[in-house]
Amino acid sequence: MNARIAYIASNTFREAVRDRVLYNLIAFALLLSGAAIFVGQISIEIEKLVVINLGLTAVSLFGVVIAIFIGIGLVSKEIERRTLYTVLSRPVRRWEFIIGKFFGLAGTLVVNTFFMAIGVFGALLYVAHKFTRPDALILVALYFIVLQFLIICALALLFSSFSSPLLSAVFAFSLFVIGSFAEDLRGFAGMAHGLTRWLATGAAYLVPNFSAFNVISSIAHEQPVAGQLILHNTVYALFYAAMALSGAVLIFEHRNLK
Amino acid sequence: MAAIEILGLEKTYMVGFWRKRPKRALHPLHLTVEQGEIFGFLGPNGAGKTTTLKLLMGLVFPTSGSARILGRDWTDPDIKAQIGFLPEQPYFYDYLTAHELLDYYGQLSGVPAKQRKQRIEEVLQRVGLTDVKGVQLRKFSKGMLQRAGIAQAILHDPKVVFFDEPMSGLDPMGRREVRDLMEQLKQEGKTVFFSTHILSDAEALCDRVAIIYKGELKGVGAVEDLTSTVQGRVDVVWQGTQVPASMKALGAECHVSGDTVRAVISEAQQDAVIDALRRERLRLISITPVRTSLEEYFVEKLRRAETSAGGAA
Ligand SMILES: Nc1ncnc2c1ncn2[C@@H]1O[C@H](COP(=O)(O)OP(=O)(O)OP(=O)(O)O)[C@@H](O)[C@H]1O
Ligand SMILES: [Mg+2]
Repeated sequence: MNARIAYIASNTFREAVRDRVLYNLIAFALLLSGAAIFVGQISIEIEKLVVINLGLTAVSLFGVVIAIFIGIGLVSKEIERRTLYTVLSRPVRRWEFIIGKFFGLAGTLVVNTFFMAIGVFGALLYVAHKFTRPDALILVALYFIVLQFLIICALALLFSSFSSPLLSAVFAFSLFVIGSFAEDLRGFAGMAHGLTRWLATGAAYLVPNFSAFNVISSIAHEQPVAGQLILHNTVYALFYAAMALSGAVLIFEHRNLK
Repeated sequence: MAAIEILGLEKTYMVGFWRKRPKRALHPLHLTVEQGEIFGFLGPNGAGKTTTLKLLMGLVFPTSGSARILGRDWTDPDIKAQIGFLPEQPYFYDYLTAHELLDYYGQLSGVPAKQRKQRIEEVLQRVGLTDVKGVQLRKFSKGMLQRAGIAQAILHDPKVVFFDEPMSGLDPMGRREVRDLMEQLKQEGKTVFFSTHILSDAEALCDRVAIIYKGELKGVGAVEDLTSTVQGRVDVVWQGTQVPASMKALGAECHVSGDTVRAVISEAQQDAVIDALRRERLRLISITPVRTSLEEYFVEKLRRAETSAGGAA
């Protein structure tokens, strides 16, 4: 990676840390330990189910919220506050700025997810007293969650490169919600006719397909994940994020700063 | 090779929310700044100074025209290692300390890690920002931010510096320091291009100035040329606390301040005035030809621009 991208990424990470983004971990820890203690009276099987389901869902939602809230301001806030003036008047290419921001935010989320993952495994150990082989599936679910974050970060950056933070937040959240039902949308598109069918199919394939990334409930029931799905999701997420980032770069390259 | 060549840069903004209409912030501008000059870019508020600097920095894109900096195309990102930029009312990542900010900017400008630490101490010293270790920029006063802004502009030892209103927000001491700094930069062989609407700053510093008004260049030249001597008027100063009757008789307008008196008279009266002072046994301090100040030149230019615009309408 080019050195300037690394510098921009690490400054973005530093900003997130100084803005106390990682404090969300406290809320996460409280939620998880509350749940672990609360369900501690029932059978071990149900306890594990609750901890895995709740824990991973929280990891995903906390991360999505962080990705969107930081992502939407990454470019527009720097334009608004004019902090970009003294960055872009250096030998920094505009695309390097966008890519650096992306890696900074993605890095923040990876670190955040890492600590949350420790929390989930800790809670699991607390309720079950030992790890079993199927618990390794949690790692796959976490991997999918991180892939999903990459897509959301890239989308938030894309919106941030041309619209206000508020609108970007609305766009990004809508896409997240719609994307979570992408499979249903595709099903619906298949049933429609005429123009509606074309539009619905187009929309269904354009929105990120987050349904495929959600394996939380199946792994909670200890069902294995197909290797092909792992490959497919990896390629899909990288491709989708790359496309969104290219869009962000294209827009930002031609933008007049305020 | 010139330091800066502006080849017809022009900027038209589209303004208005609903029905967009064009607003020309900068008419095609042609300007050449030589290496080693301190060049003043003068104009009243809204004249287009900041617009020109933003165009040169590649922050906004011109409607037409181009520029060259140190002989290279101005859009070439690598040329930016050779230039420093102080924006107007600079604002920085406020969660960083001055040291962290400068370290980050040093990284982006390609200053090797080994030199960064020392350079940072040097420039902070140079702009008078001492005792700021560990203080986040959000706790900086306006003048301190301005100083940090100057520090980041000269951090990487650029050959050409662009300052947008470098003295703004500074106290008289600070202004003086910045003026000295610009002179030092010139001594080191750097080119300084700065915008201001404070004419006395420009007058004291600049080798040449350009005057811009409503986006149009109104004049370029050496300060001496623009402030040419006013034909046949001299300024006489002598010691005294009141205006002698003989001077009143000559019809000279006199001003008393402290224990000196000053009068502006025509050259023809000069001998008569000196004789009168000698008769009164008053001590002559100085006789100097009157020059128009840059300010007068400026006001005159703008007034002419106004009337010609009014006449055309
Ligand atoms: N982003 C923009 N959109 C529309 N008009 C703009 C924009 N930026 C500047 N202008 C207009 O361009 C003109 C020149 O503005 P500019 O900021 O260059 O002036 P200036 O000489 O720097 O003034 P000041 O001394 O107040 O800083 C002004 O009339 C301003 O309204
Ligand atoms: Mg300005």
